[in-house]
Amino acid sequence: MAGHSHFSPANVEEHFEFSSEGKKRIIYGFIAGIVALIIGIYLLSKGESGGHEVAAAGHEAANAGHEAANAGHEAVAAGHEAAGHEAVGHLSGGAASHQPAAEEHYDWTNRIWANVWLNAVFFTGISVIGMFFVSLQYLAKAGWSSVLKRVPEAFPKFLYVTLPILLAVFFFKGDVIFHWMHHGVTEVGSENYDKIIAGKSGYLNKTFFIARLIGFGAIWLILWNMLRKKSLEEDLVGGTEIFTKLVRIGVAFIVIFGLSSSMFAWDWVMSIDTHWFSTMFGWYMFSSWHVTGLAIITLTVLLLKDKGYMSYVNENHLHDMGKFMFAFSIFWSYVWFSQFLLIYYANFPEETIYFLERWEGHNKIYKTSEILNILFNFLFPFLVLMTRDAKRTRIFLKIACFFIISGHYIDFYQMIMPGVVGPHGGYGLVEFGMLTAFSCAFIYVISDELTKASLVAKNHPFLVEALHHDI
Amino acid sequence: MSSTNNYILGVYDDEDEVLHAVSEVKSKGIKIEEVYTPFPIHGLDTALGHPRTRLPIAAFMFGCLGLVCAQALINYTMVFDWPMIIGGKDFFALPDWIPITFEGTVLFTAFGLVTTFCISNDLYPGKKPEILDIRITDDRFVMAINVDKNKKSAADIKKALKDSGAVEVNVK
Repeated sequence: MAGHSHFSPANVEEHFEFSSEGKKRIIYGFIAGIVALIIGIYLLSKGESGGHEVAAAGHEAANAGHEAANAGHEAVAAGHEAAGHEAVGHLSGGAASHQPAAEEHYDWTNRIWANVWLNAVFFTGISVIGMFFVSLQYLAKAGWSSVLKRVPEAFPKFLYVTLPILLAVFFFKGDVIFHWMHHGVTEVGSENYDKIIAGKSGYLNKTFFIARLIGFGAIWLILWNMLRKKSLEEDLVGGTEIFTKLVRIGVAFIVIFGLSSSMFAWDWVMSIDTHWFSTMFGWYMFSSWHVTGLAIITLTVLLLKDKGYMSYVNENHLHDMGKFMFAFSIFWSYVWFSQFLLIYYANFPEETIYFLERWEGHNKIYKTSEILNILFNFLFPFLVLMTRDAKRTRIFLKIACFFIISGHYIDFYQMIMPGVVGPHGGYGLVEFGMLTAFSCAFIYVISDELTKASLVAKNHPFLVEALHHDI
Repeated sequence: MSSTNNYILGVYDDEDEVLHAVSEVKSKGIKIEEVYTPFPIHGLDTALGHPRTRLPIAAFMFGCLGLVCAQALINYTMVFDWPMIIGGKDFFALPDWIPITFEGTVLFTAFGLVTTFCISNDLYPGKKPEILDIRITDDRFVMAINVDKNKKSAADIKKALKDSGAVEVNVK
């Protein structure tokens, strides 16, 4: 009976206190992020960050040409030279074009919008995974997680911030992010006319995109509000009637989320590289979101425990969260690698260009992140979380959370940046500032939401089972 | 084991009782050999003070061995002995080999673990089961104490078992 929690009804109803000191710190963090962002933007406008990379891109095309001649793999070589998704159209024709297509529309502000989009997508994922996690526990009628379910339950609140941002960026700056929104790509006779994109316009068009964003976003929020309301009602009323209703909401959300997460993966991320597609992309992005969400849930619980809350969450529950993170890190690796292997093996130029761009393209600026992506998201969590003891030790869990969260930020960076800004990307103050600002906003909103309910769902029918959880 | 007459068996009819009895008997300085139950009881391992299984370490070792063997096999056949270009890739085409490496790792781990488990538990095909009391396969919980390995007298042990709530105490 190790770790048996001595939980008496006396300490039921534990309320998180969001101290003014904590609020201040987070606001300072947010301001620091904004300041870094503004300095970063200033530097960008001066061309000091990214400017030299533009010049280098030209050389790269030339170098790639040499390499290609040596390698003798025409298809792959064409990928090198194009170094931009716009050129795929030429590639499928078999001709190796030297047009630096990505240069045409480039404006230094694009990197800012790309960063907003990146963080909005990343944090939308984390927020919605909170809802997904709770729904999954209800679907499985899992008992152990009822002690910590109030933490993920608070996450979707941040959707009120990220979804409008996504909508606004798409509405005003969509053409910066999405190739398929460029002027005239679907008009026959226009100089920008692109047959491939025109063929996809039945799905990829502004109206339908916004309809999906608003429609599914609204359903997410409605279901979350229903779940949250019922869950808080359970604290007052008790009984099992509310539990069955919550199970139904959970099941409904899982069905909706299965569909919408895939569609949003195509919409928000895959359609950036409009010509390219992968049938595994929905799963890939979901797995990235999910494991990040799990890491954030674990980290939040650990930090709350450090502050003296949630004493009833013991190493057995942490062990389960650790197993979740371990398993889904491997799941992510499996999906990432499956996507990569098929493309690598088949060697179709219009598919390989996606990975070439991230590995050798754009003067190799994305290569480091691509390596870090695999190290942080597969190798480190795999090794750190492998043993039972590590999953039960807070410091190891925190290390794993750090790798997973930063690793998946890099993962999303790799998904979004090469397609949007191409050779103008990089890790600078803009990236740092934007991520800091979003993180602080997320922490603030979630902390605030956590204060609104008891940290323990005291009338959850499985609470007693969870308190005696022993693995 | 069957006719050595050096085992004292405390038979219990409730899992909570046997769990409490374990700590009670242990607190009297009696060494418990094993507790046999029809189903797993949470916390019994901890109460008995059994050392943690080392199977995970074996699993990791077998996994490493499998990884090395799979890599050695592919490297030898595809790079050194008979280099072949497949799909225009290098001779050393690591991504192509990941599935095989993975399968090799899993295969070695699985077979290695099953073998290790069987050896360490003295299990082999045709082994005659040593069941101290047939009712442990049904609804009784049996605490087995080896008299030879205990300093206490048989009478003391029997008394301790009775006191801890055993419904009967047998010698086998």
